Amino acid sequence: MLQLLIGTDIPFMKARRVAYLFSGALLLATLAWVLVNGGPKMSVDFAGGTLLQIQASRVLPVEDVRKTLDGLGLAGAEIQSTGGGDEFLLRFAKQGSADAFTRIRTALEARFPGTAVELRREETVGPKVGDELAGKAVWAILGSLLGILVYVGFRYEFKFAIGAVISLFHDVVIVFGILCFAGREMSLTVVAALLTLAGYSINDTIVVFDRIRERMKTLSKETHERAFDIAINETLSRTIITAFTVFLSSVALYFFGGEVINDFALAMVVGVVFGTYSSIYVASALALEMWNLYDRRRKPARARAA
Amino acid sequence: MNRSETWKLVSVVVATLVSIFYLFPSLRFYSVPFAERIAAPKDSPVAKLREKAIPLGLDLQGGLHLVMEVDRSRLSGTEADRAVDRAILVIRNRIDQFGVAEPLIQKQGLDRIVVQLPGLHDAQRAKDLIGQTALLEFNLVRTPEEAQFLFDRIDAFLAGRAAAGRLQVDSSLAQKPLTSHFMDAGPGYGFLLPADVPTVKRLLAEADSIIPPDSRLAWSTEDEGAGGRTGFSLYVLKNEPELTGESVASAFAQMNPSQPGKWEVSLRLTPRAAGRFAQVTNANVGRLLAIVLDQTVNSAPRINERIPGGTASISGRFTPEQAKDLAVVLEAGSLPAPVSIIEERTVGPSLGQDSIRNGLQAGLYGALAVVLFMLVYYRISGALAIAAMLLNVLYIMAWLAGFRATLTLPGIAGIALTVGMAVDANVLILERIREELRGGKTVRAAVATGYDRAFRTILDSNLTTLISAAFLFQFGTGPIRGFAVTLAVGLIANMFTAVLFTRMVYDFILHRRTLNKLSI
Repeated sequence: MLQLLIGTDIPFMKARRVAYLFSGALLLATLAWVLVNGGPKMSVDFAGGTLLQIQASRVLPVEDVRKTLDGLGLAGAEIQSTGGGDEFLLRFAKQGSADAFTRIRTALEARFPGTAVELRREETVGPKVGDELAGKAVWAILGSLLGILVYVGFRYEFKFAIGAVISLFHDVVIVFGILCFAGREMSLTVVAALLTLAGYSINDTIVVFDRIRERMKTLSKETHERAFDIAINETLSRTIITAFTVFLSSVALYFFGGEVINDFALAMVVGVVFGTYSSIYVASALALEMWNLYDRRRKPARARAA
Repeated sequence: MNRSETWKLVSVVVATLVSIFYLFPSLRFYSVPFAERIAAPKDSPVAKLREKAIPLGLDLQGGLHLVMEVDRSRLSGTEADRAVDRAILVIRNRIDQFGVAEPLIQKQGLDRIVVQLPGLHDAQRAKDLIGQTALLEFNLVRTPEEAQFLFDRIDAFLAGRAAAGRLQVDSSLAQKPLTSHFMDAGPGYGFLLPADVPTVKRLLAEADSIIPPDSRLAWSTEDEGAGGRTGFSLYVLKNEPELTGESVASAFAQMNPSQPGKWEVSLRLTPRAAGRFAQVTNANVGRLLAIVLDQTVNSAPRINERIPGGTASISGRFTPEQAKDLAVVLEAGSLPAPVSIIEERTVGPSLGQDSIRNGLQAGLYGALAVVLFMLVYYRISGALAIAAMLLNVLYIMAWLAGFRATLTLPGIAGIALTVGMAVDANVLILERIREELRGGKTVRAAVATGYDRAFRTILDSNLTTLISAAFLFQFGTGPIRGFAVTLAVGLIANMFTAVLFTRMVYDFILHRRTLNKLSI
């Protein structure tokens, strides 16, 4: 039998205050980034505008593409060269005229004779639709968090539920922050990834919580911290392995899934790692704090009664 | 075999057979080469297979997704209510003639229409075809005297305003601000060079109030005027049209018989309209009759004699495609109100192909890594978990085919993730069994306890992810919905494959012989 991480006795809870600092720093950094940059970078899904992905039959210099666009009165477009120089992402802040691509193709093919230009993708979102989609995204995230909160609150006593929910927020916010740092745009797909994470990140937490609850009963003579540590160590192998299999799938998506779902895959990869970390160091650690707090309030009462 | 075992075995076998049955058409359909699949005509065997195959999202097969808003602001109450449904009908007619397999046209909310055209290559042409109002009218052109009278009146009005300093006009043109831009004047219209058009449009906007309600001004399409210069004509039309597009029974594009190489659109009018057309032409011999399409004069031929047959033609500088598309929109009828595109997503066929390849590759590599890990770490028990995972994927695909739910790129990602999540349930079970074995239990007892204890945890974790999937589905647009669906189906199937199916296999073995060691 190949076994990893069995019979460990790592004092996880001892280091929890260091983890608070670490998590707190990441959360603050995310907040700071958002404040400094005036919010995340929005894709056309939410900001409105037009995104054109075009591919030429040969490598074209970005400068010439820019000049061609300027010549068409499409100045101010964001131009990004991808896929080895023959593919370009063109982003226009305003909804382009309906035939923008046709005009661009004609102009580029005239400027570079013998080159064929093909439309890979076009996304145009009017300002009204963009606002609507953004509103829907926010509601979906809030609704999803609330749904999970209700479920966890129903399943566990308050002492546990509060930690689970905070760890959920923690994961979603930190993954959001890392995407911002990495210069990724908020799009429908990224929101989908955040929602999936919200559902997934609670999984490890549940595995650990079930065992903690069990151990708090059977090990009532030990300190809370010790009981927590034993429960976490006992479930460590499954916490890591379940995260690892999803991690493998996500990494494959990240490297082979192509550019269209790359943001999604990145969010999942990062999210699985933080989801595992937060099961122990946010959800369980906060549950421990709640237990201790609860006891401190009960003990003086008992002392008085005596 | 006891009754509960039999029941489980039967359910797994039935579910698997049904899944294979539903997936079979998809396998056959997608093994047909791409070009053949796309071009398959209606009622061909391939097209029949398509109706049972898993539909691919626009992001995978390429195509056009449009959301359009119907501008109902100028319509009255009942007209406004019916406008969107009527517009959908017209758009459907147009698309049917355009020939796209499995178009989707749907009302969304109060005044929106969603159009999805899979496998489309020329998005621009489709947009022009769908978005054109195509309001066709036949209006009499005012006589030269009537036109001149109106032009003079506008000139006088504008000159007066210019003199009062309320209008900026070139001083050399101050006497006749409008007509001095005319290169030449025909019977009922003035001809202008393209450079002057913006100025004249600005002037006319000022004079809008003095145009009598029974007349209207309309621009022509760009055309050649006297002296071979190209420009635009400004027509004075009788406001009330003699006939509208509703009187068109059929329309088709053809090469102009007298001018080879030039395309035109021939119209055949309904019998009632033909009678009216004969009457109008009879009463107005010698005058011009303008053919007005979307407020623009397409042509204004002179009526030489009474036209009894109920045919007319629209000529102009058409490419064959333009002539064909115009025929399509005229026959399908005009939109009851202007529509504007408020959201558009086009995916070219090559990107779709790339996405399919990338998605499959990622799914495959991810699955391989998971399979390898499970085999190394859990050996035969791992192989069982892999079998469960494969069944899980089979069920998701069969569900998609059976319910004709669309497979999108995020949907493929959802399946890839499910592969990772599907074995999670088995990992929980196997770890629990190992723990019981370490605690000294017999194999049979350890398996029983392992499943019982892990079940609640698996249910919990699947449920929380399902909650998210539900919100995703509510919020999502097409591709994201595809993801929510595969994720949700995967999780539900997971309860069946990872818990019921694997347990059945263990029970089956353990009931027959007592194992001292379990390959786990």
